[in-house]
Amino acid sequence: MNQKEQTEAPLIHSGEWKIHYDYAVGETATQFFLRLRDQGKIAGKKCPSCQGVLVPPRAFCERCFVQTEEWVDVGPEGTIEAFTIVYEPFDGLPEPPYAVAYVTLDGATTAMANFVRALDLSDPEVAARQLAVGNRVEAVFADAREGAVTDFYYRLM
Amino acid sequence: MPTKTAIVGVGQTDYRFKRTDVTIQELAVEASRKALEHAGMTLADIDAFVIGVAPDALLGINAVDRWIGEALGVAPRPLLRVNTGGTTGAAAAQAGYAHVASGVAQRVLVVAADKVSESPDAQWVLNTAMDPIYEKSVALNAINMCSLQAVRQMDQYHVTEKQLASVAVRSRKNAQINPHAHLRAPISLEDVLASRYVCWPLKLLDCCPRSSGACAVVMASERVVRKEHSRAAWIRGMGATSNTIYMGDKMGPGRDVDHADWDELAMAAARAYRQAGITDPVHEIDVAEIYAPFTCTEIAAVEALGFANKGMGGVMSEQGMFEMGGAVPVNPSGGVLNANPISATALVRIAEAALQVMGDAGDRQVPGAQRAVATGIGGTLQFHTCMVLANDA
Repeated sequence: MNQKEQTEAPLIHSGEWKIHYDYAVGETATQFFLRLRDQGKIAGKKCPSCQGVLVPPRAFCERCFVQTEEWVDVGPEGTIEAFTIVYEPFDGLPEPPYAVAYVTLDGATTAMANFVRALDLSDPEVAARQLAVGNRVEAVFADAREGAVTDFYYRLM
Repeated sequence: MPTKTAIVGVGQTDYRFKRTDVTIQELAVEASRKALEHAGMTLADIDAFVIGVAPDALLGINAVDRWIGEALGVAPRPLLRVNTGGTTGAAAAQAGYAHVASGVAQRVLVVAADKVSESPDAQWVLNTAMDPIYEKSVALNAINMCSLQAVRQMDQYHVTEKQLASVAVRSRKNAQINPHAHLRAPISLEDVLASRYVCWPLKLLDCCPRSSGACAVVMASERVVRKEHSRAAWIRGMGATSNTIYMGDKMGPGRDVDHADWDELAMAAARAYRQAGITDPVHEIDVAEIYAPFTCTEIAAVEALGFANKGMGGVMSEQGMFEMGGAVPVNPSGGVLNANPISATALVRIAEAALQVMGDAGDRQVPGAQRAVATGIGGTLQFHTCMVLANDA
């Protein structure tokens, strides 16, 4: 190898992954999404053992390791359990700022994440006070729904 | 009874934003060579290998174990690749320990490497690690899942942004005495508080960097250690816990642990402490290397490890309990806040803890350290590990 080659900066080869997937969401999530899409309702599944109402619904209770059977409608109002406001742009993720909250919908025993919209996020301290743990929100359903989590968002009451 | 097992060699590369002079394979070899040298062994002495690599997509090389494995010339010896997200390095160490403790191997090399900086899309990659059905579309990633924890800490325990900042300042102060650390420029409390919000309430200086680097340790059985080694870091306790991916299950009224806390780490620590005979961690643990990629996570960890009561971790940090020279020095290395080569990070905690009890930690040595604890965290704060290392068997 000659001297010139040695002193040049190491070469960089660029690459990219573009991989398509079709995720089967399973029967439980299918029922949840159809109810959300067609009726604008959020439903959880009840564990026959611990009586927990799991939202989002799961086919089994992780804690008891038993099959869940019974569907229970929850919300549309609920209580903020945690939130964050994202101010930094990340490639592949939404344009900031945006707020995400975990909310226990009335009747559920677990909290579900979604965006909080219709809120001015320009002043972090003001927005954070409005989103405080314990504050109440309601689920607002999109007019055109496609059977996905983003069919609804949370709005402060 | 498990075979007594010790770490007898540690190798670390420097942790830097980029390492354009080496491939991931060469990086793993660099750390492995150093660990073998520290152990006074050659590659031929090793019976089995464990490679820790976190999600392949961070590197953009699928099944990267094939490439790293080749570099170590493992044939005809066994090789495992371990991946539990952020916990990967500790889970790899756990697997290495199991090889020796079970008597399957006498000498094991555990190596973990990462080049997180080769893609600008790390948080996007980590978003793809979320539940694809219910949670991925809500833009969750590694940073905002920890800011959710900080919000609950602030609500339940009145943790302040100033307390969070105290963790960052102390960690950076320590990083200045660790030549391997990625970020070493001094920062003040004011700098941290004035840095911009990334995910409220976490600011830029509450967050770890993306780093490249590798770490390796050599583990050996008691028989080997007694015959060939004058000093060793004995693995006296090892605990691991796993919990749900759904953070919302740790928030609602049905929760059994709280997202504000790391009760899962407390459970892992209880097991490791019991094995090591530790009943009073503040007085019996001389130094801790804690996996805390964000300031709030260190506060949860010091409480889980029994160094502070629940809700008091932030106050104790502010009061200096975890400084070098404090009651329990935390992260003399500067910690994850100042170097996060994700796959290797949890192994770095174990390596640093091992160096401390071997008396080989250089300028960052805690004088006379006999017992050290190292933790790991991964997934959506769902996997926790805790290892106790000591200078005696």
